[in-house]
Amino acid sequence: MIRYLANRIVTMLITLTVVSALVFYIINLPPGDFLSNQIAELQAQGEAASVAKAEFLRAQYSLDEPLWKQYLIWLGAVPGPDGYSGLLQGDWGWSFEFDQPVSEVLGETLWLTVLVNLAAMLFIYAVSLPLGTLAAVRAGGITDYVVAFVGYLGLATPNFLLALILLYYGQRYLGLPIGGLMDEQFEGAPFSWEKFKSILAHLIVPTIVIGTAGTASMIRRLRANLLDELGKPYVTTAKAKGVGPVKQVVKYPLRAALNPFVADIGNLLPSLVSGSVLVSVVLSLPTLGPALLAALRSQDHYLAGFILLFVSVLTLAGMLISDILLAILDPRIRFGGRGR
Amino acid sequence: MKGTDPTQGGRAPSPIDPNERYVSSESYDEPIDTGGARPDLDMPTGKLIRRRFLRHRLAVISALFLALLYLCIPFVEVIAPYGANQRDAEHLYAPPQSVHIFHDGSLVAPFVYPTVATPDLENFQWKYEEDRTIRQPIRFLCLGEPYRFWGLIEGRFHLVCPPEGGTLFLLGADRLGRDVFTRLVYGMRVSLTVGLIGIAISLLIGVTLGGMAGYFGGWVDSVVQRMIEVIRSLPELPIWLALSAAVPPQWSPVSVFLMISIILGLLDWPGLARAVRSKLLSLREEEFVRAAELIGASPTRIIRTHLIPNFMSHIVVSASLSIPAMILGETALSFLGLGLRPPAVSWGVMLNDAQDLTVIEFYPWVASAMVPVILVVLAFNFLGDGLRDAMDPYS
Repeated sequence: MIRYLANRIVTMLITLTVVSALVFYIINLPPGDFLSNQIAELQAQGEAASVAKAEFLRAQYSLDEPLWKQYLIWLGAVPGPDGYSGLLQGDWGWSFEFDQPVSEVLGETLWLTVLVNLAAMLFIYAVSLPLGTLAAVRAGGITDYVVAFVGYLGLATPNFLLALILLYYGQRYLGLPIGGLMDEQFEGAPFSWEKFKSILAHLIVPTIVIGTAGTASMIRRLRANLLDELGKPYVTTAKAKGVGPVKQVVKYPLRAALNPFVADIGNLLPSLVSGSVLVSVVLSLPTLGPALLAALRSQDHYLAGFILLFVSVLTLAGMLISDILLAILDPRIRFGGRGR
Repeated sequence: MKGTDPTQGGRAPSPIDPNERYVSSESYDEPIDTGGARPDLDMPTGKLIRRRFLRHRLAVISALFLALLYLCIPFVEVIAPYGANQRDAEHLYAPPQSVHIFHDGSLVAPFVYPTVATPDLENFQWKYEEDRTIRQPIRFLCLGEPYRFWGLIEGRFHLVCPPEGGTLFLLGADRLGRDVFTRLVYGMRVSLTVGLIGIAISLLIGVTLGGMAGYFGGWVDSVVQRMIEVIRSLPELPIWLALSAAVPPQWSPVSVFLMISIILGLLDWPGLARAVRSKLLSLREEEFVRAAELIGASPTRIIRTHLIPNFMSHIVVSASLSIPAMILGETALSFLGLGLRPPAVSWGVMLNDAQDLTVIEFYPWVASAMVPVILVVLAFNFLGDGLRDAMDPYS
């Protein structure tokens, strides 16, 4: 088990390195950069002091170096000029637009992002487990069709539209709060019970919206798995021996069907994370989504790069968790290596 | 064997045997049940697939629906009653007009009532009133707003035109007084082809790399595998956002459109490559491939006639299931303003106008592009499911 774990973590670190290089390349794709645009603008206005500051920042973040060297400096593998130490040393770079370190610009948004995604994931499991089981047990019945229909609709509706509609109707008929993740007076306030309640109320719409697409596919998968299990002879035997209707399903078939269901976190989490970016733009949640969009628009490339990398780390972490869970659940994987 | 031996004749002359039991002299074999009961067992595969597909009613309906939409794409200019960016400053945010065929209790040609706008200074809104006294018949097969068919041929012919001096806003008008229905029809051209181009690129990369990995094995295989792993661990939407933010804003709409479809296809191929690779790996070991090799078939022939048909079905299915993801992707990008940008019309660009809640509350028809998006995505999903059921031999 430990060897398997170590193996997986090392692969993940290698993947992460490649991903970070790709991310750095992508954010440097657009021609020009924030500072040179700013310098041109400032020079046109003749503000010498600001130009000097921008020039200083250029030198500080070595934007005139070749790309590979910039990447190494950003990563922290090579010391940058004047003590800029890079990601590995915990310095996430400078947001040129906000004129603050990236860590301060993002601050609370990081854990709020994680919170929103975790809530969405809990929602997915809480909803799709009973619904999927029900759909499989009542296969071909009305329940099955209703669940399938709702699932398909969730799959087909673009997330951001669902967000808009739910936001409107939730506010109008249920009095759910609009936008943001907490009431204004709690922003930046220390953590308290009131703040927690406010966050919970604001989480309802985003959780449902981000969760729907994933729920739909989860229900379908669980239903298919469980149907396969229910057709096996041991279920018939159980039935013949007089095992009760609930125990008949829950005791063995459901447990066997849960295996791939749990493993799917690896696919689920990435799609959640990337979906939540879009939804939080529409709902103006203080998560990474709107920050990423703004950073991309203004070519604030350290900010954009860090956000992309953070989201990739979340994705990779999801995959790692699913692999570990699978290894715990399924001894074949742990001991057999990757047999096919 | 069936049939009788001609030398023995139909029946033996004396059918009564010593035990007084009737015995036929005809030779008898258990009839092999191939004919009447299961004629499908020796049907050609194509016919079988078609048959099983046709049984999937939702998939057939979806296929017809999509075929209809795609058939409309070349004739967008003729179908739409207005031009894509034609504005009517008198009818900003005009609500949908209903088409009537009864006037004063008698059946007449389809017509609409004209609408008149009055400003509502309390809510800062336009109020539209139908004038029920005037009847404006809709013109069919008529000359209307001039356009350049495919950007080449000038034309003025439309299937439907607004009445003389009147308006025909079947689905209302948007912020600038542009006909929403017309824009839906124009938007269809972009939104539906984005998926096709994207999938073509994804197929090209996926089949080539997956094929190479499966065929050559060894280090090629492991390199491709690592590439797949890296691409799969990229968060799809944020990377799409970053890539399309890199598209220079001064590009023409057509090149932006191509670039966006390429970006959408660029992240989609790993799933396909994986499937092709594993299929190739397992198929190479099958008996029929070895048999073909022993008969002396060339590798080209083996690949073309024995391997490709075996994973073609898989490719078709996964393509039809990937297209909706790309359509949704384009919609999302344009919605955020990072995809196609306005003069270009796509469903995502139209939804960009419906970003804020006031629109949803007061002018919900501006967001009507969501209906075709949902329908098309659903249709592709049903089609894909139907194809998979039809092509999977183990179902």
